[in-house]
Amino acid sequence: MFARRAWIVLWKDLLTERRSKESLNALFFFAFLLLLLFEFALGPDRERLAAALPGLLWLGFVLAGLLGLGRTFLVERENDCWEGLVLTPGDKSAIYLGKLAGNFLLMLIVEVVLLALFGIFYNVDLWSALAPLSVVMILGTAGLAAVGTLFAAMTARVRARELLFPLLLLPVQVPVLLATVKATEAVLQGLPLAEVGQWLKLVAAADIIYLVVGLLTFEFILEA
Amino acid sequence: MTRDLSPPAPQHAVDIQGVRKAFGPNTVLDRVDLRVDAGEVLALLGANGSGKTTLLKILATLLRPSAGRGRVAGFDLAKDVESIRARVGLLAHGSYVYEDLTAAENLRFWATMAGLPADQASLQSALRAVELDQVAGERARTFSSGMKRRLALARILLGAPRLLLLDEPYAGLDQKGKKWIEEVMLDFKGKGGAVIVATHSFGRGLSVADRVAILSGGRIALDRARASLDLEELHRLYALSTENGA
Amino acid sequence: MTRWLGWLAALGLLAGLAMGFGYAPKDAVQGNVQRIMYLHVPSILTAYVAFALVLAGSLGFLFTRRLAWDRLAHAAGEIGVVFTALTLVSGSIWGKPTWGTWWTWDARLTSTAILFVVYVGYLLLRSMAEERDRGARYAAVVGIMGAVNIPIVHFSVLWWRTLHQPPTILSPERAPMAPAMLRALLVNVVALLLVFLYLLSKRLTVRRLEDELRA
Repeated sequence: MFARRAWIVLWKDLLTERRSKESLNALFFFAFLLLLLFEFALGPDRERLAAALPGLLWLGFVLAGLLGLGRTFLVERENDCWEGLVLTPGDKSAIYLGKLAGNFLLMLIVEVVLLALFGIFYNVDLWSALAPLSVVMILGTAGLAAVGTLFAAMTARVRARELLFPLLLLPVQVPVLLATVKATEAVLQGLPLAEVGQWLKLVAAADIIYLVVGLLTFEFILEA
Repeated sequence: MTRDLSPPAPQHAVDIQGVRKAFGPNTVLDRVDLRVDAGEVLALLGANGSGKTTLLKILATLLRPSAGRGRVAGFDLAKDVESIRARVGLLAHGSYVYEDLTAAENLRFWATMAGLPADQASLQSALRAVELDQVAGERARTFSSGMKRRLALARILLGAPRLLLLDEPYAGLDQKGKKWIEEVMLDFKGKGGAVIVATHSFGRGLSVADRVAILSGGRIALDRARASLDLEELHRLYALSTENGA
Repeated sequence: MTRWLGWLAALGLLAGLAMGFGYAPKDAVQGNVQRIMYLHVPSILTAYVAFALVLAGSLGFLFTRRLAWDRLAHAAGEIGVVFTALTLVSGSIWGKPTWGTWWTWDARLTSTAILFVVYVGYLLLRSMAEERDRGARYAAVVGIMGAVNIPIVHFSVLWWRTLHQPPTILSPERAPMAPAMLRALLVNVVALLLVFLYLLSKRLTVRRLEDELRA
């Protein structure tokens, strides 16, 4: 029952996104813009770029996340669908899980595109590190989406939403960001995943903690 | 999800006492006592801003009362919120329609969320009941507001509620649509359900109502059987109460 | 009650000053600069107490829906942010003569800075939610998230700084302390906790009056 409801939320969100393509199109374009910005900010020096790459990559993911995640509950405001969600009998955390899954997938798609753009435009060899890199990305994105989904639900209904969402999300995300940047750095240098096990465990622990807090507190945010 | 389907013998569909609701310094509802029986249609009249919507939202458990207590569909308003939600249908200002989903998909979503069967056949028959089966595969974005409201009704009726709360159901509808809403109410009443229909206009609604209540100044200013009132008297009382209330 | 706390706190602060400047000996390595520790360490301890109260108030509110819990969380959050700022500023002042720089990305400083921004965000949210009850609920969720995040921040920053370079030396808490210094520190901890309680009871009164006005 819980799973069925979480699934239908995910289905609804993916279907809506596939038809409107509102978020994805904008985010792809944003990813491309980021690429240009980083290039202009750092100049064409390859070595400098390679050194900064892990940080830039995650900065890109986080910025795209701020843009994409912040919008996820706006669709629920149209025609007051929000009220309908509150009024559905039963556990509200299924809604959170469905939304989170949708955001997670959306973010991953954007990240893969951004990664590919980095590979092409900066001529970085990502291919050899792809498997360990994707583990880092999946873990990091889960944490970002878990807190992002929770806070987006909150800021969807306060003044100065665009302002408040990053101000709340970014500080909480610092540990995940530190860990994923360090892990990405190591992975891109060709080190095996075992070398960064400590960081991965930290992110995984953070993911679980964020997810549990999200599941337990979401109903208090949804309430009218 | 397990749902208790045997409530403690619901004497009244709605039975609330001393319900108060304040938003910050504004007290919208002061002390509202209201009782509605099964098989009864109550027309809730009141000027704009008199608190009709707030009262309906409280009955639907969308808002918590600041004070007061009561039971809706036999369940305690403070403790059994989820049980009430499973038995009450609210037709609110918003239609709860996702613009980018088709009519059938909208219905499928809400049915699944409510834990109801969402197979093709039951969705199709629900859409036929509101005469939307011809456009089941079209996106809601192309629908008129009347169609969206019918879609909302289909969603509500799918859950087989015992109490129907209609907030200004006639707004923006043509004659045919208004008549159609009334038929839904009568049909629902015939099956033993209770209806509260909130409206600020007189024309419709009254003809199917068994009782009329006027909300004014945060209180129920009048609560009488429809049969005991002639329309002229009602107009006079309504005008009087809205003057005092404002 | 509040008044008593005020006098006690004032007394505590006087005693703390006397202990810090008079009783405690001059540090052999750092000289008089080290005395800022008598403000720095009690500040951060007090901030942690405050944020623990934010967590308690947040949980209490979500479970009971009583606004008194929310007022506790809010008041503690405000004062916690002030004490965190005090920690950062005093650390910075100490860092200039000791490390030769106002700021360094030392693990402790960094995690304190993160703590600071998390709870500033918490206060910002409080000021932007229009409805009283909704604002309280949202703040409670952020208060809980901020608290469970503290250990994650702590470890991530610690590893971040220590895995690739030796840990910063000369942090004041590290070396075994002279007993006189420890006593002076303890007096100051008590003094700042009293100041905290005094401010808390003041803020709680203000918040309660605000809620009464609103109702």
